[in-house]
Amino acid sequence: MRNARGTTSALRKTAPLLMLAAPGLLYFLINSYIPMFGVFIAFKDINYAKGIFGSDWIGFDNFQFLFKTTDAWIMTRNTLLYNLTFIVIGTICSIFIAILMAELLTKLYSKLYLSGLVLPSLISMVVLSMLVFAFLNADSGFVNKSILRPLGLPEINWYSEAKYWPYLLVIIQMWKTAGYGSIVYFASIAGIDKSIYEAAKIDGAGKLRQIRTITLPLLKPTVIVLGLMSIGRIFNSDFGLFYQVPLNAGALYSTTQTIDTYVYRALMQLNDIGMSAAAGLYQSIVGFVLVLVVNSIVKRVNSENALF
Amino acid sequence: MIQTRGERAFALFSAILMGFITLAAFLPFILIIIASVTKESSLINDGYSFFPKEFSMDAYLYLKASAYTFLRAYGVSFLVTIIGTAVGLLITSMLAYPMSRRDFKYHNALAFVVFFTMLFSGGVVPSYIMWTQYFHIKDSLAALIVPNLLANGFNVLLVRNYFKSNVPIDLIESAQIDGATEMRTFFRIMLPLSVPVLATVGLFMGLAYWNDWINALYYVSKPQYYGIQNLLVQLMNNIQYLNSGQAGNAVGAGAVELPSSAVRMAMAVLGIVPILVVLPPLQKYLTRGVVIGAVKG
Repeated sequence: MRNARGTTSALRKTAPLLMLAAPGLLYFLINSYIPMFGVFIAFKDINYAKGIFGSDWIGFDNFQFLFKTTDAWIMTRNTLLYNLTFIVIGTICSIFIAILMAELLTKLYSKLYLSGLVLPSLISMVVLSMLVFAFLNADSGFVNKSILRPLGLPEINWYSEAKYWPYLLVIIQMWKTAGYGSIVYFASIAGIDKSIYEAAKIDGAGKLRQIRTITLPLLKPTVIVLGLMSIGRIFNSDFGLFYQVPLNAGALYSTTQTIDTYVYRALMQLNDIGMSAAAGLYQSIVGFVLVLVVNSIVKRVNSENALF
Repeated sequence: MIQTRGERAFALFSAILMGFITLAAFLPFILIIIASVTKESSLINDGYSFFPKEFSMDAYLYLKASAYTFLRAYGVSFLVTIIGTAVGLLITSMLAYPMSRRDFKYHNALAFVVFFTMLFSGGVVPSYIMWTQYFHIKDSLAALIVPNLLANGFNVLLVRNYFKSNVPIDLIESAQIDGATEMRTFFRIMLPLSVPVLATVGLFMGLAYWNDWINALYYVSKPQYYGIQNLLVQLMNNIQYLNSGQAGNAVGAGAVELPSSAVRMAMAVLGIVPILVVLPPLQKYLTRGVVIGAVKG
């Protein structure tokens, strides 16, 4: 009797909370978990007539096929190299901006600068692609007509020359994200005890020396943790940056194809479900392993910042 | 704090450098705004320039003439952003609340279920097949709202952390001793006390919806479901698209040439305007969200 009452009161306590959680839980179940079980598609020869479950199993054929193409190498290389470059240069740019911002005399100015600097990160990739188009289009773009022509340099057909895009994409990505990225470092700098700087000043340390010996070392933990987190996501690329910003130009694939753009093109443009699913699963699995590895490293460096 | 000459010089140097960096962040926007009011012939002959030879409002007049297409896309974007953000915020915080209650038996289990979605994903193909073959979501408003954007693990954990650390458990307990149900506790105590984090997460969601074009890329082929972003994509692919709109002919025979470059830029400007409007009042929530998100992912 006592036991039964215990159970009902426990149920009375948990049931309303479960009800509150239900809609969100259901959403994650559908949006995230069902597709996780759907990864078996990569091991099938999908034929819509036979249905997803009725299609023939083909083992690792899709993967074998994928890794025989040069696409597999190109998209892996591009994804990794772009992300590494973004992490290194992005961190440097963001810290540089954060330090400058922290040196500004009044809070008001830093707030004004901040709103200017986050603006690029708030626009969509589509609008970004249009801004880039205004600068780079061959016929009337700003770079060709207002920079190269007045200087007497030959005009460049930007959207058909793959060799320029590694530089362009890094510049574009920095323009879009460096200001936003500096917010975290700015907050860390603002949290540093001012008396440390006072003490350094009394010892005769100038500004640059203070930055080198106080600010940068104190930012190190943040840099390491954020850097490692980014490395955990190094197999994921921003689809819009590599698809819409180069305007999906075929001539640029060698330097703009990443795993995400390949997955899209194979699925939607080539109708090759098998290859697309194989590339997607390759990305998910390597990404998952990377997150686990990175997390165990973060745990060792600074256990408070570990994800789990 | 007394400043030495070196410090003052450094502060001045920082201010000037920051001025240049901020200018660099702004210049592309200024370029497209100027391009949108540049005469088409000037754009064609001299290219995009900060100091065009001839100005013209043709692009905006043209947009006014094809207002139907444009306003419909604007309407779709607003509708999707408002519904998506409202529903998303509700289910996100409803899920975060039980997770924040340490006395709730399954709070860790829920946290794991949510967290795991941030570590592993089934990828594009299974979810594409699920949404199209089983939920038949193609060409609907749901296609723009539901896949991927309605809730994500990061936001749920952000709200849970806030609930956990900013709302005292005593308050919840005393409300429940007074006979408040969980539902009532959640809506009357948790939500009103958590306005800052709800504003932050709401802003993240609103921006994600306003800027999204990928759901439509996968799931929409009928232009009547295009929001502003996908109208822009279409416009980049083919300027003539605007002509296929119902008001396309209203431009009249007087328009010798379609101000295609300027129209593109005018559309881009109109796509950014809502963000410029909401940014100043909401910026502090954005900044706060970035900081707490980075520190306590």
